[in-house]
Amino acid sequence: MSRRYATRIGRPRTALHIRGTPIVSVLLGSAIAPLLPIIAQTPLLPPFGLMIFLAWRLLRPEIWPLWAGVPLGLFDDVMSGQPIGSAMVLWTVILLALDLENQRHFWRDYWHSWFIATLALAFALSGAWLVVHLAGQGGPLVQILPQLAYSIGLFPLIVRLCAALDRWRLP
Amino acid sequence: MAPPSKRRPGYDRKAQYGLFASYVIAIVGALVGLLLVAISIVDPTGFSALRSAGAEITRPVASNLRALVIGIGNFDEAVAAYINAGSQNAALRRQVETNRTRLIEADAIRQENARLKRLLRLTETETGIAAAGHLISSTSTSAARLARLDVGYAQGVQPGMPVRAPEGLVGRVIRSGPNTADVLLLVDEGNVVPVRRTSDNIPGISSGRGDGTVEIRALNTERNPFRPGDVVVTSGIGGLYRPNIPVAVVARLERDKAIAIPLANPSRVELVVVQTPFRPVEAARESAAQAQASGAEAP
Repeated sequence: MSRRYATRIGRPRTALHIRGTPIVSVLLGSAIAPLLPIIAQTPLLPPFGLMIFLAWRLLRPEIWPLWAGVPLGLFDDVMSGQPIGSAMVLWTVILLALDLENQRHFWRDYWHSWFIATLALAFALSGAWLVVHLAGQGGPLVQILPQLAYSIGLFPLIVRLCAALDRWRLP
Repeated sequence: MAPPSKRRPGYDRKAQYGLFASYVIAIVGALVGLLLVAISIVDPTGFSALRSAGAEITRPVASNLRALVIGIGNFDEAVAAYINAGSQNAALRRQVETNRTRLIEADAIRQENARLKRLLRLTETETGIAAAGHLISSTSTSAARLARLDVGYAQGVQPGMPVRAPEGLVGRVIRSGPNTADVLLLVDEGNVVPVRRTSDNIPGISSGRGDGTVEIRALNTERNPFRPGDVVVTSGIGGLYRPNIPVAVVARLERDKAIAIPLANPSRVELVVVQTPFRPVEAARESAAQAQASGAEAP
């Protein structure tokens, strides 16, 4: 084995390291909003938790059990200030829809993945807006459009981040 | 890339059951989530234990980062002030001259005001400050416009208390944890504040638009009485908010409503104070009782 790859493959990795990295990355993504000292007047940051969750799912289709959206979504709700339960529902519906889609289309390329992520982000953001709206808070639907636009634009970067984490976590 | 598929278990009975169970757990989880959504829509203050646990964990990082960011944010202002020092000095001198005369006038007016209030037997109610704190973070990914305070019920902050900055009204507390509280900002659609125009006391209602501005509708007038530049303050009608807290300045008109910009920008304010809810009925009763007591003592 050349020296170049000696440090990259066959490394010792614990099960916690392998299984825990995706989970911790999603939790950190969800916790960005309450950690940053920004007092936003409109939805400003993209939903990093959901984007990392989706990126892992598209990168490694088997990585999340179908119910993974329930605990991870609950954590995201606690952190994001959404009414509790909204991300639990939306993330699980996204996972179920992706599962159905996987049974239809076995092969996916880059643009197909991005398109799927676009639909999932649009669904999640508008669903989250609806929940907030039903609770009598927030603003008009138009205000989530910029947030949606740069979430979609940033998504390939998040996929690259998850790919780098994937190389780091696997032995 | 052809993904391997655990989701096609073939003849393996155990894998089939496992797959079925994961569907059941996912769907039950989603239904439980729907139920929780319904509960949190009906009762927005619910699950406060869960939320405040999350808030307490993130509080130290957010408040330390805030101090750092404010330090960096003020740096460019300091540099700009140094460069502009000469011209700024002259301008400030002129301003001080005019302000001095105004201060003297204001002093005279204040004395007269106090004298008139004594005549009317109006006692100055206490300012009702419950706690003072900083806004440390907000729901910047969510559609709801909430900000987080670094004081909670340990410092006397209760849900429903109004929050203001020296510049003006910020919002009201909707949840409070041990050392953190969530504030529904003035710009949120869920925040409705009774206001009046400062120049002629025309009453109105301010409600958030969710985009950093508020809309102000006049009560019981056919035409839109507002003009750009009008300042509105809380009227104190209906309680909760104390009267005469600055709210917003009108920027433009849209048919029967005025679009106004809040005077306190939550992302710029340094310190906010949490006030006890204003209860005009009780305040009136108290002042009446005091007036009676002093009336009984006097003769």
